Amino acid sequence: MSKLTMSKAINEGLRHCLETDPKTLIMGEDVGKLGGVFRVTDGLQKDFGEDRVIDTPLAESGIVGTAIGLALRGYRPIVEIQFDGFVYPAFDQIVTQLAKMHARALGHVKMPITIRIPYAGGIGAVEHHSESHEAYFAHTAGLRVVTPSNPDDAYWMLRQSVESDDPVIFLEPKARYWDKAEISAAPALDLHTAKVVRSGTDLTLLAYGPMVKVCLEVAAAAEEDGRHLEVVDLRSLSPVDFDTLEASVKRTGRAVVVHEAPVFMGMGAELAARLTERCFYHLEAPVLRVGGYHAPYPPSRVEEQYLPDLDRVLDAVDRALAY
Amino acid sequence: MTVKSTARARKKAAPGVPDNLHAGKDAPAELIQLLTPEGERVENPDYPLVIEADELRSLYRDLVLVRRFDAEATALQRQGELGLWASLLGQEAAQVGSGRAMRENDYAFPTYREHGVAWCRGVDPLNLLGMFRGVNHGGWDPNEKNFHLYTIVIGSQTLHATGYAMGITKDSAEDAVIAYFGDGASSQGDVNEAFTFASVYNAPVVFFCQNNQWAISEPTTNQTKIPLYRRASGFGFPGVRVDGNDVLACLAVTRWALDRARNGGGPVLIEAFTYRMGAHTTSDDPTRYRAAEETESWRAKDPISRLKAHLEREGLADEDFFAAIDAESETLGLRVREGVRSMPDPDPTLIFDHVYAEPHALVTEERAEYVAYAESFEGGE
Repeated sequence: MSKLTMSKAINEGLRHCLETDPKTLIMGEDVGKLGGVFRVTDGLQKDFGEDRVIDTPLAESGIVGTAIGLALRGYRPIVEIQFDGFVYPAFDQIVTQLAKMHARALGHVKMPITIRIPYAGGIGAVEHHSESHEAYFAHTAGLRVVTPSNPDDAYWMLRQSVESDDPVIFLEPKARYWDKAEISAAPALDLHTAKVVRSGTDLTLLAYGPMVKVCLEVAAAAEEDGRHLEVVDLRSLSPVDFDTLEASVKRTGRAVVVHEAPVFMGMGAELAARLTERCFYHLEAPVLRVGGYHAPYPPSRVEEQYLPDLDRVLDAVDRALAY
Repeated sequence: MTVKSTARARKKAAPGVPDNLHAGKDAPAELIQLLTPEGERVENPDYPLVIEADELRSLYRDLVLVRRFDAEATALQRQGELGLWASLLGQEAAQVGSGRAMRENDYAFPTYREHGVAWCRGVDPLNLLGMFRGVNHGGWDPNEKNFHLYTIVIGSQTLHATGYAMGITKDSAEDAVIAYFGDGASSQGDVNEAFTFASVYNAPVVFFCQNNQWAISEPTTNQTKIPLYRRASGFGFPGVRVDGNDVLACLAVTRWALDRARNGGGPVLIEAFTYRMGAHTTSDDPTRYRAAEETESWRAKDPISRLKAHLEREGLADEDFFAAIDAESETLGLRVREGVRSMPDPDPTLIFDHVYAEPHALVTEERAEYVAYAESFEGGE
């Protein structure tokens, strides 16, 4: 496949699902004629019809709740929530109904529903359009949570998510929708395996989604100072591939977790705790975290100060290396 | 002066709605009834019902057995065998009437009180008791009898029912769905979203609201200013209020609504006007919020005695029949009692079973940790 943007890569992934499995459906607000507000579903309704690519009423709980009913009827719905901040009206259906259904039915029913959510900030949006709520979903047993950082992963992870018989929260870093890359002919990894995207010896940067690119830039900048940073792309937030993380941190002895979500009770807290348990005698420094503040996502004119950037991550790297 | 004209304008804006037509107390005139509380058959040209004697007797049997099962479950809770029970007492006709209106391939989405519907679907009553005993969260295969798991967060299942019905349309099948909910749930956003989706997609779903007058301690007047069935018109589909203590009316109206849905007519809202004779659950104390006289007034409208009166008055059943049903209900009670008492606790590793359909590393790890921890006690010091 030629070079594609992330949004086009997801579009191609969706097209593949619609072509190969007649039970797949796309449901969401403006996903039909408009092709979604980010054009991720562009052209799909035209090619697969209004029965397969469904413009729903503007009611997120209704979208997820009816998707559950369709799954009970044997369908495999792929739901789009238009923006991160709009998922909360569907929170009950996701957390209380969708996540628990398989366990409540002792395995008698499956919930193969993928919920795509454009998330995170950095695009100068108005409020409720830039949030990172991955921790809520990762905290909920019964859900799988994944987030690609590049077009190739976006394509393959979307297909793998749709093929999963479990509900998957598929978080799309909207600031990376326009990044371009080659799409591989086959997936290199399964859905829940982390990937070392840059090898290093001095410290491990742990990131996912939009922050992987930032961490790669940090590693390149640190290299100029003679510091060799390893960068691991988590890709999956539930489950987390702790074996890959552990191996990396045992090699480097230091770790910094970077995410856009607020640091307090964020993914970084769990990663720090688990890595401390697993790598205690290998650690030269505490696992540090860089992330958003304990404040509502700020107005866009100051979002650059809220989001981790090259300097803030480098600052944390300096602090970790100073131990 | 200003006040007066406002009042007049308000009255004008709601033509034909008498001031006394509140949802709470008395059954209003538009109530569909085919069997009076005295057991007298009345005809309604909109909902004709031709029914043979054996079907009437079989409805009576269902009503009695369902009540017996319910009473047994309440007793089992009092004896500590169940953690909780939500009694259907008083709502047998609404549930049996609507449940019996369903065809085999139709699908029911219940709340946590639809024991009578479960019975009509052929679900083993013991299956219903697992979650109230605390050995599972439901656990039956919903697709075996097309009866979904009980749903405790009120109203959520109306969306599942609507989605399922949308799937029926996609499959070009001729099945229909019933979504059960109550007067309290009618205030939930999910129920109103379900109405919207069902209407827009013309989904073959019947919304069956058992207005039992009480949402725990809150009367229906806390949920609505108009009779609940009238909500349907705002969503663009018909609403009908049926005497929920009249099994024949519930049967006829639900059958009509399901057939209409099956034939592409779209959703219907049925408000079954009934009464929760018991407490909300065994943890509730209705004496704190409602008068005994009110409950007594509904006792005169009892769904079982009116059908019995009808059978007797028309000579459609004799003493032997009633005795046989009584004996059968005792057998059922015994079976339920013994079944619950011998229901084993699950192995604690059930905690980890079925969290996901496919392996999940964290669950696998925690399960292994738990097993190792539990085994550390066996043969230990």
